[in-house]
Amino acid sequence: MAELLIELFSEEIPARMQKKASGDLKSMITKALKDAGLTFDAADAYATPRRLALVVSGVPTATPDISEERRGPSTSAPEKALEGFMRGAGVTRDQLEEREEKKGIFFYARIEKPGRAATDVIAEAIEATIRNFPWPKSQRWGASSLKWVRPLHSILAVFGGEAVALYVDGFKAGNTTRGHRFMGADEFSVADFVDYKAKLADHKVMLDPADRAALIEAECKKLSASKGVEWIEDRGLLAEVAGLVEWPVPLIGGFDAAFMEVPEEVLILTMKKDQKYFVTRDPKTGKLAPFFITVSNIEASDGGAIVAAGNERVLTARLADAKFFWEQDLKGKLDDNLPALSEIVFHKELGMVSDRVERMKKLSRYLAQFIPGCDADEAERAAELAKADLVSNMVNEFASLQGIMGRYYAKAQGESDAVADAARDHYAPAGPSDDCPSAPVSVAVALAEKLDTLVGFFGIDQKPTGSKDPFALRRSALGVIRLITENNLRLSLQPLVWQCIWTYLLNVGTGKSSFFCLNFQFDEGMTYNEFCEKYESAPPNEYVDITSAEKLRQIVGFKNDPKQKDRYRLDLIWTNDKRNEGDSQQYSDLVELLPNITSTDADLLAFFGDRLKVQQRDKGVRHDLVDAVFAKGDDDLVRVLNRVAALSSFLETDDGVNLLAGYKRSANILKIEEKKDGPHGGTVDASLLQVAEEKTLADALGTAKADATAALETEDFEKAMAALSTLRAPIDAFFDKVIVNADDASVRKNRLALLSEIRAAVNTVADFGLIEG
Amino acid sequence: MAQNSKKTGGMPFQNIILTLQEYWAKHGCAILQPYDMEMGAGTFHTATTLKALGPETWNAAFVQPCRRPTDGRYGENPMRLQHYYQFQVILKPSPANMQELYLGSLEAIGLDKNLHDFRFVEDDWESPTLGAWGLGWEVWCDGMEVSQYTYFQQMGGYDCKPVSGELTYGLERLAMFVQGVDNVYDLDYNGAGISYGDIFQENERQQSAYNFEHANTDKLFDDFKKAQDECAKLLEAGLPLPAYEQCIKSSHTFNLLDARGVISVTERQAYIGRVRDLAKGCCDKWIEKNADRWKNDFGWEA
Repeated sequence: MAELLIELFSEEIPARMQKKASGDLKSMITKALKDAGLTFDAADAYATPRRLALVVSGVPTATPDISEERRGPSTSAPEKALEGFMRGAGVTRDQLEEREEKKGIFFYARIEKPGRAATDVIAEAIEATIRNFPWPKSQRWGASSLKWVRPLHSILAVFGGEAVALYVDGFKAGNTTRGHRFMGADEFSVADFVDYKAKLADHKVMLDPADRAALIEAECKKLSASKGVEWIEDRGLLAEVAGLVEWPVPLIGGFDAAFMEVPEEVLILTMKKDQKYFVTRDPKTGKLAPFFITVSNIEASDGGAIVAAGNERVLTARLADAKFFWEQDLKGKLDDNLPALSEIVFHKELGMVSDRVERMKKLSRYLAQFIPGCDADEAERAAELAKADLVSNMVNEFASLQGIMGRYYAKAQGESDAVADAARDHYAPAGPSDDCPSAPVSVAVALAEKLDTLVGFFGIDQKPTGSKDPFALRRSALGVIRLITENNLRLSLQPLVWQCIWTYLLNVGTGKSSFFCLNFQFDEGMTYNEFCEKYESAPPNEYVDITSAEKLRQIVGFKNDPKQKDRYRLDLIWTNDKRNEGDSQQYSDLVELLPNITSTDADLLAFFGDRLKVQQRDKGVRHDLVDAVFAKGDDDLVRVLNRVAALSSFLETDDGVNLLAGYKRSANILKIEEKKDGPHGGTVDASLLQVAEEKTLADALGTAKADATAALETEDFEKAMAALSTLRAPIDAFFDKVIVNADDASVRKNRLALLSEIRAAVNTVADFGLIEG
Repeated sequence: MAQNSKKTGGMPFQNIILTLQEYWAKHGCAILQPYDMEMGAGTFHTATTLKALGPETWNAAFVQPCRRPTDGRYGENPMRLQHYYQFQVILKPSPANMQELYLGSLEAIGLDKNLHDFRFVEDDWESPTLGAWGLGWEVWCDGMEVSQYTYFQQMGGYDCKPVSGELTYGLERLAMFVQGVDNVYDLDYNGAGISYGDIFQENERQQSAYNFEHANTDKLFDDFKKAQDECAKLLEAGLPLPAYEQCIKSSHTFNLLDARGVISVTERQAYIGRVRDLAKGCCDKWIEKNADRWKNDFGWEA
């Protein structure tokens, strides 16, 4: 058994790639060892900015000998077949054995493969790893044909204390490496991992990223304490900074307190993102403190005074820029920015950002009625300002401050807190664990923003497919679900989606290049021009004018023509001069007619259903229960979830389990019998009820159904379930005592009608047929 | 606290240039003079773009004045200029000790590696107008970006074989760092009383006014079109070098139009695409012109 040590020494590896790279090195080498039959005890990989290293312990010095027997062709087979067999097995004629079997005499070969030296396997593994390494991006350099993340400088490969013989494209592997670029650049040789790690430390390289991070953290805390401030922990930045240095030397610096008048978020972003500095806070106030910590890569001969001063100067210049932007922005008003939004493309088929703002204004106002405590004027005003910070100097420079700056600027120009907060929060929630807005105005604008996105991209047929979701529509849909359910908003999704479509149509033509294409799918084979010719409705620019209900009817008629087979996508434009805001007649025509020819609303509702299932599954809710409730066609998400919750707890009781079993039994019998006779149903004829148990069941059904229906009307789902649960005993007794398929045809028919009533009664709450188990 | 505007008395601006020239000459570079056309970056110099193609060894260094009309601030911003200088080094093939050579050049202008914190921070380079990309870093000194360091992988859509290493020093930023000044116009230019502002501040004022207010856009649109046509004609005539100059011209004309705010968001991409097509055409023709010789002498194929 011996230890294998590998180091690939290169120019600076981007910090963000190091962790995965050391993992890849480990998995590629250990897999190659395993594939060759080499076992090992443990493997650990490390990365610094200039090296990937791997140590594998307890590796045998050779692969095991292999002895194998192989059956060849029959002795009567042609000579060619025999030659092929011997070639494949690597044996000669005299090494073959003949054995008699039932079907004749056959050749057998015994193959003895001696084990290979581990060093050979290792050399091959390293070469293959270097040549096939999965860097996110790699490069060539000089005249070499190798590719690596940055130029590779040396390969260290030591097995059992000896350098492994290996040449890769001009590189000869050895047992030497170098230390820190400035503080330990001499070459040195190593015997094993312990020696390697110790000598690296002597040459000012801390091999393990975890050690570097731990040192940085401890020093940051100490340095902060020395200035009476507190280090603000940031794990992501810590990992990144640990990947930028081989020998971390944290240094503290300060900046002029005058910069503190600029919003904290700006200062923090400048320090963390642009300069990779850690930030600090005042432990008393919790506010940002004017000190930062930079992590240098050198023990400077002056103790780091010049490095710290240099970093202070760079930061001062950057903060001065930020302060300038802040002051410039405060000179104007957010409203002054609005015209510039008509210069920014939202999406080429969905208009400019100004168009989007117009739509969001209308939607926010519309949504206000569903949000308790939401002032419609405030909602519209908040939507109007929500995107105005996108063209501010600050957001232009720091895109990730969108919204955050909007809130500051809105407050500065005297908007209400509700409006200002909505400017910041309307992007939220950005994910499943992000904070979800709850302030009424923020909720309205956040919903409007996401619905506008969803309807727009579904309208132009840019739905997510597989892993591709370039417009983050899944996130938007989850946001809508969270905003509605977490704020307990009572609304139906479908009319809301139609309101959005209508808003798009009203909005068309207000901007430079805005139009909206509903994804109309025609069953047809004709070209667009043929279509226009037929309906004499070809306006300029290849768009069909849908401003009259008559034309819509023509389109619907066209779609219903059974002769047309293929699908066709039609772009519609709502022309500027025909646009009549608030024309409710046209809106109702549209709502009546368009669902027949577009699938945007249906697709989007199905999408919400899917997202809801995913969200609920992550919370541990059974997806079949969501399906069972969703199948009822309810699009009030709050009600859907209440129903799912009631159903879920009901199914955890004995009554629930047994009722489900009784339901399934009824449904199965019906399914079989309906296959023979067609649908069973109709009213149960009380006079044909013969057995006591079926009479009891029929009575119980009448009561349970009435109670469940009444409970559903008041959305008391527990009560509805309780009403159904009274059926459990009668159903059990019925199946115990009553034979459904009675000889008398009318009795049989009546009993099947009874079963069908059970099915119907239970299904009023949820489609129990979709529930598993 | 930051030691604002306290001069540390580093090397004057012109001495930084002289020192870098001398340093790179000593390391085998031909010292060229600036290309005599307006361009946005030293990378546009034929000594970079065209010389990065093909198999021949090529080591050169030069100062290139750069014009970025949209960065003009009428001489009022301490950091931003519409006209500034880059020092450009191209080493082909990129030598194994290129990082050490580069760090040596910083030492030559007075940056002691025992006192400063030098860092190579990931920064990949891509030029859509040149159809080029490479991997490399921005080099930080005490948190300040002082250079761009790139290994060219493609130019004009062709693989760079061998790979050229390109170093770009932003001379004003570097000098501000070396001298410890916070305003570019305060830079000591010659160590004998002339400041950078004495020479360039009025130029910034007037050129900013030209770029943003006075440049005749009709003429510029016409210039762009003419340069484009001329480039196409010259390529047909098998003259990639003058054709490439028309490409440089069209690129700068586009930048001026951009500064005048007359190019819409949608048109922008189309203009960039046109310049890229010209650049690609020039690289195609340059390779075509040299293909036989490169094949015979070096066994090289694109």
